[in-house]
This record gives sequence, structure tokens and C-alpha cells, in this order.
Amino acid sequence: MKKIIVASLLVMGMVSTPVFAENYVLDIKGAHAFIQFKIKHLGYSWLLGRFNKFDGSFSYDEKNPAAAKIVVNIDPSSIDSNHAERDKHLRGEDFLNVKKYPEARFVSTSFEEKGNGKVVLRGDLTLHGITKPIVIDVEHIGHGKDPWGGYRRGFAGKTTLALKDFGINYDLGPASREVEMFLSIEGIRQ
Amino acid sequence: MNWRNSNTQWGWVAIGFHWITVFMVISLFSLGLWMVGLTYYDPWYKQGPFIHKSIGVLLFLLTLARLLWRYINITPENFSAHTAWEIRAAQVSHVLLYILLFSVMLTGYLISTADGREVEVFNLFSIPATIYGIEKQEDIAGEIHLALAVILISISLIHALAAIKHHFFDKDSTLKRMIGR
Repeated sequence: MKKIIVASLLVMGMVSTPVFAENYVLDIKGAHAFIQFKIKHLGYSWLLGRFNKFDGSFSYDEKNPAAAKIVVNIDPSSIDSNHAERDKHLRGEDFLNVKKYPEARFVSTSFEEKGNGKVVLRGDLTLHGITKPIVIDVEHIGHGKDPWGGYRRGFAGKTTLALKDFGINYDLGPASREVEMFLSIEGIRQ
Repeated sequence: MNWRNSNTQWGWVAIGFHWITVFMVISLFSLGLWMVGLTYYDPWYKQGPFIHKSIGVLLFLLTLARLLWRYINITPENFSAHTAWEIRAAQVSHVLLYILLFSVMLTGYLISTADGREVEVFNLFSIPATIYGIEKQEDIAGEIHLALAVILISISLIHALAAIKHHFFDKDSTLKRMIGR
């Protein structure tokens, strides 16, 4: 009986592996995923910050990378620019208005490998209650076994968002109308 | 007028404490409401909060001194014409005003020190952070700060209306006593 179960599990495993893409969950517990932003301050320097709370998952099949999908949910109230009063302002009505819009999310719509690990990732970003298609320039950083018995895969992405596209109209000056986003994610294969 | 209180009169120290507090509370409330709406390029964008915090800390020190003064000094007696409920209502609102003053100042302090930063007082000295790093501390403290400030102003208004009522309708010297007459 035991053998039959083991054998059928093996068969199931052999059958299912090529059919389904590998699913990965972002390593949030180990904090091997980052969502950072930078925006010019007055045009004289960069202000850097990040979102501390988010989660997400992606699927990736080496045989069919175009089918890859990624979803990232961000808690906009976890914005952290290393200054409590500024973060309070950023969470308030002038910027993210997190009370009214407590969720931000990116859902991919296409994943296009350009070779050399370069990927053009398209998807819909919902931020400040507005959903807009965006393009993220992605680099496939690497994948393989980790030292603790798991399997990991990671990407890094960059995109630039115009604040007004997402209904954020507070005037920070002409040099500060766009914010650059940098995402670094590592998924653990499930 | 004496500088100390007597059984029938407030001394000028107590009167000074009272009216300086009135001036500071009104300034803090108006400045506070106004400064949060300023645009980034407004010259007051940084100056407004700086002055607001500085006055706030000074008011805190003043209120401590005021309570100490109240403790080591006698308090003028209530007017015999005042009814028991009037005296009770006045006492309750005075205690509430003190509690609200301290709560508003404390929550303001907790906003500015939420990440461990100090509060600077007119470039003279600064107050270090004590309680900080609580999740969303600046947001929670901010909401309580505003709500309590509105309650403080409302009770102050009732307090002022009561004094005016005593002056014009009861024609007693409740208000006069607080301007030293």
C-alpha cells in the first residue's frame, strides 16, 4: 500500500512538473525583496525611500517564459523615507491618501524576454486609487538552489512614474514630478 | 495688586500665567491649522512647524510652572453668590483644561519625535525623544493631537463664555478678578 502511494506520488510529480509553471512566493520573511523609490528634492539631490510592507508571487517556466506572471501587493502606508513627519505627510491626503486608498498593487499583463536576462514586463499598477498600465525594465538576476534546501529565483526592475498620472498633484517643484521605482525581488519556489 | 494670590484676588503672577497661556494656545491652534495646508515652496513651510513646536514646548514649561505656582499659593475663594453646580462645573472644566493642555502637548511631541528625532526649541535647546518607533506613531499621535486640540479650544470657549456671562448677566467680578481688578 505504502509503495503504491509513493509510486503514484512520484508519477503525479513527474506528470505535473512539465505541465505547470513553477510558482514562487516572494521572500518577505527573509526580506530578500525590496521596493524602493527615489525622487529629486528641489532638483538638488535625491530623496530615497521604500515600502516596508508588501507581498507577492510569480510564476516562471523556463520553457515558456512568456507565460510568466507576477502579482505584488503593496501596503502604501508602510512608506518609509527615514523621517516620521515626512512619512506622515506622504501617507496623508496631499500624497498617497492611504486612508482612502489602503492598497496598491501591480499585476503583470505580459513578460517579454529580450535575451541576455533582459525582460520587458508590462502590467497594471494601482496606486492612489488609479490603475494605469506601466512598463518595467526587468533584469533576470539569477536562480538556483539555496543552501537550505530550497530553490530561488530573482529579478530586479526599474520604472519611472509621473506623480500626476496617479492623481498626486502636490507641487514639489518642476524637478520632482517623476519618481523612479526600483524593485528587487527574490522568490522561493513552492 | 499683589504678585501673590489672596483669599479674594488673583495675584499678577497667576493672572500673567493665565493670559500668556490664552495667547499661546490661540497662536498654537491657528498656526497649527494653517501650517498643515502650506505648499512646499511656501517660506513658512519649515518655519511654521518650527515655531509651533517651539511655542508648544515653552507652553509645556510654563504650564508646569503654573501648576507649581498654584500648588504653593492659595487660591481665591469662590463667590458666595455662585451656585454649587456652577462651582462644580467650573472646577471640572479647569481640571479638564489642564489635562487637555498636557495631552495635546504630549501628542504633539510624540509626532515630532516618532522616529527618535529631537524637538528643537527656537535654536535655544532641544528636547530628546523618549517614546518612539511605535508603528505609525506619527499618524496616531497626529490624529489624537488634532482631536484633543479641537476639544481644548471648545472647552476654552465655554470657559470664556461662562466668564462673560458672569460679567454681563450676573454682574459679579469673576472676569474682573482675572484682569486684576
